[in-house]
Amino acid sequence: MKTHVIVFPGSNCDRDVAVAIQNIIGSSPEMVWHKDSTIKQSDLIVVPGGFSYGDYLRCGAMASASPIMKSVIENANKGVPVMGICNGFQILIESGLLQGALIRNSSLSFICRDIIIKPTNTKTIFTNKSKISKMPIAHNEGNYFANSNQIKEIEDNDQIAFQYCDENGDINAHSNPNGSINNIAGVFNKSKNVLGMMPHPERAAESIHGCDDGRNIFESLLS
Amino acid sequence: MTSSNWQFDTEKLLVESHGLKLDEFEKIVQGLGREPNLTELGIFSAMWNEHCSYKSSKYWLKKLPTSGERVIQGPGENAGVIDIDDGDVAVFKMESHNHPSFLEPYQGAATGVGGILRDVFTMGARPVANMNALRFGDPNHPKTKHLVSGVVGGIGGYGNCIGIPTVGGEVNFHPSYNGNILVNAMTVGIAKKDKIFYSAAAGIGNPVVYVGSKTGRDGIHGATMASAEFDDDSEEKKPTVQVGDPFTEKLLLEACLELMKEDAIIAIQDMGAAGLTSSSIEMASKGNVGIDINLSKVPLRAANMTAYELMLSESQERMLMVIQPKKEELARSIFKKWDLEFEIIGEVTDTKKLILHMDGEEQASIPINILVEDAPEYQRDYIVNDPSPLISFESKDFEDKDILSDLLKMISHPNLCSRKWIWEQYDHMVMADTVVRPGSDAAVVRVHGTNKGIAISTDCSPTYCRHNPYEGGKHAVVETWRNIVASGAEPIAITDCMNFGNPEKPEIMGQFVECIRGMGDACSKLNYPVISGNVSLYNETNGEGIYPTPAIGGVGLIKDLSNTMTIGFKNEGNVLCLIGESDNHLGNSHYLSIIQNREDGGTPSINLDDELKNGKFILDCVTKKLLKSVHDVGEGGVLIAIAEMCISGNLGIKIDITKDFLHGFFFGEDQARYLVEVSPNKLEQIEVDASKSAVKIERIGEIGGTSISINSIGEIELSSLIDHHTKWFNEF
Repeated sequence: MKTHVIVFPGSNCDRDVAVAIQNIIGSSPEMVWHKDSTIKQSDLIVVPGGFSYGDYLRCGAMASASPIMKSVIENANKGVPVMGICNGFQILIESGLLQGALIRNSSLSFICRDIIIKPTNTKTIFTNKSKISKMPIAHNEGNYFANSNQIKEIEDNDQIAFQYCDENGDINAHSNPNGSINNIAGVFNKSKNVLGMMPHPERAAESIHGCDDGRNIFESLLS
Repeated sequence: MTSSNWQFDTEKLLVESHGLKLDEFEKIVQGLGREPNLTELGIFSAMWNEHCSYKSSKYWLKKLPTSGERVIQGPGENAGVIDIDDGDVAVFKMESHNHPSFLEPYQGAATGVGGILRDVFTMGARPVANMNALRFGDPNHPKTKHLVSGVVGGIGGYGNCIGIPTVGGEVNFHPSYNGNILVNAMTVGIAKKDKIFYSAAAGIGNPVVYVGSKTGRDGIHGATMASAEFDDDSEEKKPTVQVGDPFTEKLLLEACLELMKEDAIIAIQDMGAAGLTSSSIEMASKGNVGIDINLSKVPLRAANMTAYELMLSESQERMLMVIQPKKEELARSIFKKWDLEFEIIGEVTDTKKLILHMDGEEQASIPINILVEDAPEYQRDYIVNDPSPLISFESKDFEDKDILSDLLKMISHPNLCSRKWIWEQYDHMVMADTVVRPGSDAAVVRVHGTNKGIAISTDCSPTYCRHNPYEGGKHAVVETWRNIVASGAEPIAITDCMNFGNPEKPEIMGQFVECIRGMGDACSKLNYPVISGNVSLYNETNGEGIYPTPAIGGVGLIKDLSNTMTIGFKNEGNVLCLIGESDNHLGNSHYLSIIQNREDGGTPSINLDDELKNGKFILDCVTKKLLKSVHDVGEGGVLIAIAEMCISGNLGIKIDITKDFLHGFFFGEDQARYLVEVSPNKLEQIEVDASKSAVKIERIGEIGGTSISINSIGEIELSSLIDHHTKWFNEF
């Protein structure tokens, strides 16, 4: 599999996701600098977490205008799998590849801890091996919001990827860490080849992390 | 204003407003053979303040042990360096940012983190972990909440953005910090042994390069402010606090590390306290050379800055380097790639002087040795007060039936309750190498790409230090050592952050001297040298000093990560044992302070032989895989430690012991003790081993269930314990 990880100034999970890809998918990704303009052929493009451009202005807003994003959008429109994690999710929303908005956590503070998510649609390239999984979140703006028409649309199209839940898989207010509407932790685009998610699967990818549930997302891509 | 038209009174006023004493000014005049101009006076002020010159502390700091088998670089560089095998080194240091954090908690704490990160990556190391040691005033003081929120926000804001995990630390509350909080930040980095970078400038004619952010007027006189006491008008000093930009620091980190892979850098120094002044002078002094700087070349973000302002600005995220002339274009292209300033602003000379030009005119010319070697050094008068007397407590004064309600009160107190609210605001997992997260004895991070790890702990007990500075100094060192042992790591070395009041007061100086003596004894005995550190004096407000606070950051090595230990109970049916002697020492304990509102009874004494013996025993047991969990018995005593192990592992315990003095046993703070979880089939072996090593071991109870129960007394459900443990910060 030919994989690419985009590096923006301020990306800081680029190495982490590259290590996970190397360990699970089995080949190391090409790191693509944001000032480059083309990704020729790819089987997976990852937009990693971090604080692209310091998250100044608005999370993901400046990165979405980087030269490389034009190529990411073109590839996505051609059906290439594109995955945005955390800040990457914010960037994909700002680029228009995904619907909705990510606003400040309802607690108004940064949250770093393990949460549990449940795949809502397991028939996609990213989630065909997904189960109820524990993995960390680490964000200040992960509170997913969309208006009621958009929510209906993404629900009707099975575009919800993951929802925050408890150990038993129950989706409730108690298991919602950041105030996301309908506990949404990740969404797809209409054709399900673009995934954005706030939790960090690359931080739950080997036993030393205390949990390796994050692997199933990368393993899904292999099958 | 120039030196030629100064009037005597204005001169006196000017000298004093620069934090210099008149005899220090005389020394400058003598050294230069003339009066300094304003820019030069500013430079002397920046170099000779307490923060940069260590003039009150230098003499005593030299008494600390600083060498050891694994020490590659001791104090004196940007950070210390230790060998962690396989050609890898750990680079670390702790530094204070107390005064700025009190004035402006978010930016003060944030730039504290930024500064210590630069100290570490200047050495060629990629930072892998941030830690901190924080002291706030009384929890009910009107400013405390604002300060805690701001400091935690600032530490998180900076560390999270740059992408270095904040993996742990300590937070305490005491009224002595009401007017002067302490924010001590520590960074640990990893580098290759043959790729360490130092600050000594070399090569006459080589270019001196400015990289990073542009220079503005922020932070002028920051270091001088940090070297003065506070009073009621301290708010006016707010403009001396710098503003942090973690995004630029991230770029600077990546650009520096990228350039460091090339053979281009001869010397590198971050512009921290006293900015361009101290960085250029330190580089020249270490290299025994001179430096000429053309200030007109310095990249500016404010218009019409004077030479004086340029030299004293503490704008953040800047570095000074001496590079190989042939690599200039390569270096420039790397910094351009990262959208950072890169400007050749001067050159290395053989004059052994710092010479500054601006707009074609000479602005300053000062021999380096006057600034550095001739800097004032004081052996201040000191008085060592008698330690607070020890009080022996007796069983008859305590009601055993209160033990469980006392436990609940203690575990809900701000000084013992859960810090989850804090560490959840820090990204403690970025870099994906965090092995032990905050909340255990020591944090553990993996050395990337290997199966070994670094254990880190910060600690200090100011109350112990206040009542017996010698034992308190020992304790601070030993507590980190024990935390590192409890994580399964071999302790290697420490960094220290010496926070004290006004050293011109003999009793404060006495505290400093005694803490140093205690620390030195502990470091020597444990083979646990000091490799870097920082001194913060004048932590006083309206003449009232803080408690002596020698915060220690210890680092250890776990050669095989499968030996990593955490505090949480692992399995039902395992047995909890206590290692070490208990002697019911309740003096200055958390029990007395929280339950009886008393601060007396004396600091527990520390037997370093026992510490060494018991610590080695724990590490032996870890290597033999005899232990399931380990927790050092520290603040609050045995029962608090047991409660923490229960909460962390979400498992209860049935305690079954017979003691004459239960309060003394459960809440006494005797030293050199650990609680260990042992599976029943290893119990006999560990008891035999302990007796061979003359280490005291006693069975405390059997792990299991959903409550802490104590024979003959009663039980508390874990859920209630957890509610009490998390309540204070949850309602914050």
